[in-house]
Amino acid sequence: MTDEKLTFHPVGKSVPRIDALDKVTGAAQFTDDLQFGPGLLFGRAVRSPHPHARIKKVDASRALAMPGVKAVVSGADTPGLIGLYLKDRHVFCTDRVRYVGDPVAGVVAVSEEIAEEAARAVEVEYEELPAVFDPLEALKPDAPLLHPDLGSYDVVPFIFPQAGTNVSNVFRVRKGDVEAAWAQCNGIVEGTYRVPHIQHVPIEPHVAVARWDRSGEVTLWSSTQSPFAQRDLIAQTLGISQGDMRVIGNYIGGGFGSKAGVSMEALAVAMARKVQGHPVKVRMTREEEFCCCFVRQGLVARVKLGGTQEGKVLALQVEYYWDAGAYSEYGVNITRAAGYSSTGPYTIPNVKTDSYCLYTNHPVGGPMRGFGMPEIHWSIEQSVDRLAEALGFDPLEFRLKNCVKGGDVIVTGMVMHPVGLSQCIEKVSKAIEWGKQEPPSAPHKRRGKGVAICWKAPAMPPNPGSEAWVRFNEDATVSVGLGGQDLGQGAFTVAAQMAAEALGVPYEWVRISRPVDTKYSPYEWQTVASRLTWSMGNAVKAAAEDARRQVLEIVARYWDEHLDDLDVRDGEVVSYKSERSLPLKNMVVYGLPLPGDQGWIGGPIIGRGKFMPTYVTSLDAETGQGQRAVVHYTTGAQAVEVEVDTETGQVEIVRLAAAYDVGKAINPDQVHVQLEGGVVQGASSALFEQLKLEQGQPVNPSFVDYRIMTAVDVPRRIITDYTEVPQDDGPWGARGVGEHPMIATAPAIANALYDALGIRFNDMPLTAERVFLALEEKKRARSG
Amino acid sequence: MAIHSIAVTVNGAKEYVDVASNLTLLQMLRESLALTGTKNGCAAGECGACTVLLNGEPVNSCLVLAVEADGAEVVTVEGLAHDEQLDVVQQTFIEEGAVQCGFCTPGMLISARALLDRNPEPAEEEIREALVGVLCRCTGYNRIVRAVQEAARRA
Repeated sequence: MTDEKLTFHPVGKSVPRIDALDKVTGAAQFTDDLQFGPGLLFGRAVRSPHPHARIKKVDASRALAMPGVKAVVSGADTPGLIGLYLKDRHVFCTDRVRYVGDPVAGVVAVSEEIAEEAARAVEVEYEELPAVFDPLEALKPDAPLLHPDLGSYDVVPFIFPQAGTNVSNVFRVRKGDVEAAWAQCNGIVEGTYRVPHIQHVPIEPHVAVARWDRSGEVTLWSSTQSPFAQRDLIAQTLGISQGDMRVIGNYIGGGFGSKAGVSMEALAVAMARKVQGHPVKVRMTREEEFCCCFVRQGLVARVKLGGTQEGKVLALQVEYYWDAGAYSEYGVNITRAAGYSSTGPYTIPNVKTDSYCLYTNHPVGGPMRGFGMPEIHWSIEQSVDRLAEALGFDPLEFRLKNCVKGGDVIVTGMVMHPVGLSQCIEKVSKAIEWGKQEPPSAPHKRRGKGVAICWKAPAMPPNPGSEAWVRFNEDATVSVGLGGQDLGQGAFTVAAQMAAEALGVPYEWVRISRPVDTKYSPYEWQTVASRLTWSMGNAVKAAAEDARRQVLEIVARYWDEHLDDLDVRDGEVVSYKSERSLPLKNMVVYGLPLPGDQGWIGGPIIGRGKFMPTYVTSLDAETGQGQRAVVHYTTGAQAVEVEVDTETGQVEIVRLAAAYDVGKAINPDQVHVQLEGGVVQGASSALFEQLKLEQGQPVNPSFVDYRIMTAVDVPRRIITDYTEVPQDDGPWGARGVGEHPMIATAPAIANALYDALGIRFNDMPLTAERVFLALEEKKRARSG
Repeated sequence: MAIHSIAVTVNGAKEYVDVASNLTLLQMLRESLALTGTKNGCAAGECGACTVLLNGEPVNSCLVLAVEADGAEVVTVEGLAHDEQLDVVQQTFIEEGAVQCGFCTPGMLISARALLDRNPEPAEEEIREALVGVLCRCTGYNRIVRAVQEAARRA
């Protein structure tokens, strides 16, 4: 270890990522890179070709007779139900299939090719059932019922399934008096907005390897954001003790929510049970990745928004109809989050919200970066723009006037914590030169600017916990144990910075004890909800402080000094009183000899820490009101300048500015890259993306037909910034910002498009075709 | 399936491998040689994560049969660094914050190396064109473009 390039006090500094060297050299091991030797078998799912059907018979005899086939698993082997909030899904379907791709059986064979061939040889007899593909249709009383047993499913207390319907959850807000408020409004806008299914598109497809030992221990190597939640859910469903179920999470090639909870991983575990002692690998093809893990839920939003001539938003009535697909690992809670955040980042005195989670015969709707917020802000932020125009206000000024401020009583009755949203709006206004008209680059092109703001709270149960340990090695390097995952967002880097800062050692001395392994790693609920910097950060900080205190106690005895006079500074213990110093090296493991041959003190140092929010309360089921709905909100603003080609409908983002209130930027550069990557994902979803489903059949499950932005498509000028209004219970004041950059992008682009063309687009995505057709329509209307 | 004995130079070392006719170069690298730095993102030539240099040219190794590499020289991400010295593109990817999840990174690095080998001073748009076949969902690409620009400047 050289003294060169050591970073002391790393919190607030843009240190390089702790995992970067691993990743540029090819050393980083992802789950599919692990070597399992010749005993490895391969699993392949047999999937439903029908959107809704009864399973009449599964005949695996032909498949089982094929050379190299080791086992076939079907619904009869997995009778239990699985689900994070609502247990509504079988690992393999038992009596019916509910979407195209629903797993009916699984084949285990000696090679992937044989498994694939044998999967085709499994004969399944179906009786097709009427299906439903639209959330509004699914709500109708005579709609085909997907889950006749909904009333008997296990469910957490804050989710409300409606037995005998397709409604798996409903969340209502009744605040103030919306009906009375309309009369006081000088302007009212109404609209229906639609957001299609999109897919997360992690570049690494899901992969899981499971081994069921004869001893009863079950190991799952999985590309997962949620090692501990997978342990818990799979153990419950398959009747394994959590103590015998081990989940190992290596590096993850992107997740964005798709690798949260359990999607395909239980398939591998169920298959492995039949071939004990053999690891079984199940690897999603890109087509399966598009349709058979999670997709983002579709949404139909009906919004009515009113305000006064003074420019105050007075009333909001909104109905969110979520197309949650066939099952609901997370959808029920997305519906809830959309309800308790239904106003967007505005303080509105009169609110009536109904957010419905609806089963349809579409792929499973799961969490995706933003957890419902990009979808609802698409409708809210366009409605706010329209209301500003109706009342004669500049859209940016109108937002400054109405956006949430510290101390406001927000939609659920919770008092808003200090928040820097106004500063964010001002930052993007400046960055984009709001109010300044830019000439287009050609006569057939039009320019426009748009703004959108957003908020999002970590959406989770009230009590998700984090745990960490911090352990010294002989040379005073530090190993940090944690259970959260780095899926690219930089969680390990930030954890190392925090541990170093709290201990008083340089960043370069810290190592992260990865891979996360539920057998050895401390607990972490899940890597979701932009909660790690805040929650896991608190646990890591507490563990480091615990270790530091232990070191100081030993040295205080050794020197016979007061604890208060000692400090760990730059990797040494120092005394401010006696001005002595002592290196940490060796003493942090071997302790110290007491003077006069009195024996030894100390020994290996291990600090432990935990964090769990304890203050979130429940909300009234009829009104959505309560003391404290969420832990906090992260807020932010985006402004966009677009140029539209009126001959092709092509939308170019000339520049895009984003600013968020992060509480404290633990690593400023990592904040900037989160913002850059997030706005590009947002822009890609806004301009390109839709998983097209025709009668439930996916028609574009490949990168050729489902386009995401490439290096040539992305905006060249992305200006990112942040403000730091501290979070009272965040480590150094930090709160998360992983998901938020994606939320405001699409509505900001839609608002800029309106500025450029005078056309409102209520439906996503804003493809060149859609824009072009709207321009033609406008031309026809004008000439007609 | 017929088995072929082939000889291929991978990252400077001669390898003798027995491969089935239908084995792809990607499978050979990852499974026969345990060089797992090269990633499999779609197995259809659409995502670029599996890009390697085949006789100096970037190819999607999932679309090349291993037998086609008989006698060829292959460079993977593991072969970019020499004598513990990182390739300049590896260095600038770290410094410019061009790495997030890291799954597209091998394909990006190899594509960048191929570009700089044939065009040491590429314009920004030439860099973007050279990387268009490699999909990234984390970074938003601009950091990657900057890293390649910086690497070109330093070389």
